[in-house]
Amino acid sequence: MADITKEQVKHVAHLARLAVTDEEVDKFTEQLSSIITYAEQLNELDTDGVEPTTHVLDLKNVLRKDEPKEWITQEEALKNAPDKKDGHYRVPSILE
Amino acid sequence: MSLFDYTIKELEEKLHNKEITIEELVDTSYKRINEVDSEVHAFLTLNEEAARKQAKELDAAEDKSAALFGMPSGIKDNIVTKALRTTCASQFLDNFDDPLYNATVVEKLNKENTITIGKLNMDEFAMGSSNENSSYDPTRNPWNTDYVPGGSSGGSAAAVAAGEVLFSLGSDTGGSIRQPAAFCGVVGLKPTYGRVSRFGLVAFASSLDQIGPITRSVEDSARVLEVIAGHDPMDSTSANVEVPAYTESLTNDVKGLKIAVPEEYLSEGVTPEVRESVMEALKVYEDLGATWEKVSLPHSKYAVATYYLISSSEASANLARFDGVRYGVRSENADNMIDMFKKSRSEGFGDEVKRRIMLGTFALSSGYYDAYYKKAQKVRTLIKNDFDKIFEDYDVVIGPTAPTPAFKVGEKVDDPLTMYANDILTIPVNLAGVPGISVPCGFSEKGLPIGLQIIGKHFDESTVFRAAHAFEKVTDHHTKRPQLGGAK
Repeated sequence: MADITKEQVKHVAHLARLAVTDEEVDKFTEQLSSIITYAEQLNELDTDGVEPTTHVLDLKNVLRKDEPKEWITQEEALKNAPDKKDGHYRVPSILE
Repeated sequence: MSLFDYTIKELEEKLHNKEITIEELVDTSYKRINEVDSEVHAFLTLNEEAARKQAKELDAAEDKSAALFGMPSGIKDNIVTKALRTTCASQFLDNFDDPLYNATVVEKLNKENTITIGKLNMDEFAMGSSNENSSYDPTRNPWNTDYVPGGSSGGSAAAVAAGEVLFSLGSDTGGSIRQPAAFCGVVGLKPTYGRVSRFGLVAFASSLDQIGPITRSVEDSARVLEVIAGHDPMDSTSANVEVPAYTESLTNDVKGLKIAVPEEYLSEGVTPEVRESVMEALKVYEDLGATWEKVSLPHSKYAVATYYLISSSEASANLARFDGVRYGVRSENADNMIDMFKKSRSEGFGDEVKRRIMLGTFALSSGYYDAYYKKAQKVRTLIKNDFDKIFEDYDVVIGPTAPTPAFKVGEKVDDPLTMYANDILTIPVNLAGVPGISVPCGFSEKGLPIGLQIIGKHFDESTVFRAAHAFEKVTDHHTKRPQLGGAK
């Protein structure tokens, strides 16, 4: 069994910007441990010298000209915002 | 008989001969939705007013030559539709009523004058294999509503099976088109990675996601792919590869076709009735002049673990965009910005989505990246090499789409690993990036559909269609319809 601790789960939740209750910490600790244990079967395979596949297409950098185009207006961009003011998104204070 | 028992081509002829109107086609959709959707729950949002108006306009139009003129379709709810609510079946996007643009696939369908009937239910953010992860009423299997329709494109498959639309679009990251198509007895295609633009598809795992059609026939699948495939400057991972006329590949001729049947696809975990249906299908191919041999894809058993590490890692990054700032539902209980991010995400996301974000964040975190994420990418290479090797000697790979027919609602919902194992036969195809189709090939004792999976080489959908179509032409599984809402 992969040894994932509650502290690790809390740390990962913070990195993922998820608020977790104590109950969820317990549940995720157990579930992530069993999923990671399952995933550790990959260690049966010798992958020394194997190139990782990031995706299957033979694509390198896909470039285009940096030309401005019509897209959406400021008003449209704000249309679905939960909170806005004076043409900007409004969020709670960043500093305490 | 419903109008949706006809193929696109047959409906075109009827429209041309003025036997039917587009208004009637659209009416067929909404009538059926009224009859059965309270049982099936395939739709999350309907587009009725606009669709009926468009039908009138199309009936009055001079030029009726568009490739999918007036054909009623449903769109999976992770494909963005301008001014038409798009939720990904998540509470986070419950209020996303007014998206600003259409996905490229939707633009392409619009250009060919299809009619969007509505948006289709799914597992939240396409994470799931049963539709039980929808945050709305989960879709049920039209063949028996005690059973799941599969997932994540469960709504897309069920809507076609139930006769609510003529065809639909789904997305497939680890089997999400093919497995629900198999469970619902319809045809589902996952095209080659890069074949169809994903611009406007809400990203789950970017190295795996592909959009594809769900239809009642292989011919219709080829028709729809011809429209939606192709390079798109808005999606730099869409491949600049010419789109062949797929319908011309439907020659009925599979003489000499070389089929590989991986022993891993018929081994333990695959129920006897699924195995028998596949063996019978192989007999059909023999009778048609094709040959088949058993082969090995030796790394298949590592596919599920590889997939969950890679897809969850990519998902954890992709879903970072849901922060409650620009769109979506923001938590009202937050004191500061970080708190707002955390609470909005925790209140908006369901359990499975959180679980995968957690798994992916863990696999990408400092100290674990090499051991999990990079390791999985290396094993992915081995899985891809398995396919490359087989395709040196064979034209297609054939096996079941899923190890079992549809399972009961609630049966696997509490155990993520058992649920994940259900995708063991579809996941390798996404990891290798090759195309795969599921076509109906039989029914279980309980009367639930069974799917045959046909897998082809990169960008060789033509051979996949040819093989699938030849099978369909000499079998009648795809003509069977579920009984729903009383007599049809």
